[in-house]
Amino acid sequence: MTKTETGGPEHVLPTPSHTVGPFYGYALPFRGGEDIAPLGHPDTVTVHGHVLDGEGRPLPDALVELWGPRPDGTVPRVDGSIRRDPATGGHLGRNGVEFTGWGRVQTDADGHWYARTLRPGARGDSAPYLSVCVFARGLLVHLFTRIYLPGDEAALAADPLLARVGDRRGTLIAGDEGGGTYRFDIRLQGEGETVFLEFR
Amino acid sequence: MTLTQQDIDQEIAAEHAAYEKRVADGAPVEHHPRRDYAPYRSSVLRHPRQPLVAIDTARDPELVELRSPAFGERDITGIDNDLTRHHRGEPIGERITVSGRLLDRAGRPVRGQLVEIWQANSAGRYAHRREQHDAPLDPNFTGFGRTLTDTEGRYHFTTVQPGPYPWRNHVNAWRPAHIHFSVFGAAFTQRLVTQMYFPNDPLFPYDPILQSVTDDAARQRLVAAYDHGLSVPEFSLGYHWDIVLDGPAATWTEEGR
Ligand SMILES: [Fe+3]
Repeated sequence: MTKTETGGPEHVLPTPSHTVGPFYGYALPFRGGEDIAPLGHPDTVTVHGHVLDGEGRPLPDALVELWGPRPDGTVPRVDGSIRRDPATGGHLGRNGVEFTGWGRVQTDADGHWYARTLRPGARGDSAPYLSVCVFARGLLVHLFTRIYLPGDEAALAADPLLARVGDRRGTLIAGDEGGGTYRFDIRLQGEGETVFLEFR
Repeated sequence: MTLTQQDIDQEIAAEHAAYEKRVADGAPVEHHPRRDYAPYRSSVLRHPRQPLVAIDTARDPELVELRSPAFGERDITGIDNDLTRHHRGEPIGERITVSGRLLDRAGRPVRGQLVEIWQANSAGRYAHRREQHDAPLDPNFTGFGRTLTDTEGRYHFTTVQPGPYPWRNHVNAWRPAHIHFSVFGAAFTQRLVTQMYFPNDPLFPYDPILQSVTDDAARQRLVAAYDHGLSVPEFSLGYHWDIVLDGPAATWTEEGR
């Protein structure tokens, strides 16, 4: 642990980020990682899309994490996303009842991912959104973005982030495909590049 | 055109010199790699060209990114952090213990959060289908573990020393031995995926992934320290590695929640 002389609220220097690399696939993804919504919950939404590189080619080895509040806007403090069987050490996964708010999914060979979660509620000044963290081979530091769901135009118009990004706001708002299904492509570079965020 | 180690060495040196000049001219120290680091060829088409949009978290304490997913005792079993006990037999290789503390930028421990690791076996082979390296698989080693940090933010793993392995960035490219870490903080903003290295590895200067951290002091923070006090008599060699999460955390008043 290294300390600077200055003290203050940030007196320890951070550990640098590194790429997740190509070989995390047997370690990080888990069965049911994309099924975040409790079984049969009426507020379930499906979000899905591709992760694309600067030439528009889908990434078959990207990892997407989703994190969002309940439909009433409260944030779960519930564990159990990756429950294990204490007898065999095997994977039990979610119990289908509790909502942890967090999920993880690897893109498939076509570069496609999907997740089923609960429709997020609004918090603070923001329109409702899901927080997204993207990892991939070649990506030295993960990327944050947000999935805003379409529908409530007044809420979207009042969102502080969407108001700031001008004509790029469309990259943050999912497409409505009907039946509670929403399309959200993540473009890492180039034409239609997704708005990525840094938190300070 | 075949890309040689010498080509990559020159690109690494140029990136390093450019960074040193930026800092000499008054630019801030860079604790993290730049996402557009060409010596690591896979980064070329996989980084955004537009600047990131900054969110001032102090202006809205309700942001969901200022909270973190929760993990608990039911998400792990007692031997998930001992990678030498996941199969019937003992894995081949030098046993090691790796331990340290998970802290935020203020030096506060991050308690009860999930730490996941994955690594190659002692021959430098991952238990992954797409892995092309023809070093032997070890039927007694998968190379994946997880644990929760304790009340002091401490984590602890028992595993075997991973081997270095070749990759295809350029001709004769070899990764120094490393363990991959995935860590959650007190806030989703603090999410970190990184790699831990071992002291005095002769492959350090040749590796564009490690060298993507162009700041010398920051790069050094990725290297664990041999710690004789963590070595277990007649069993394993000990390494100490603290992890400090960047990014805004929950407020002081929420500590210990
Ligand atoms: Fe690796």
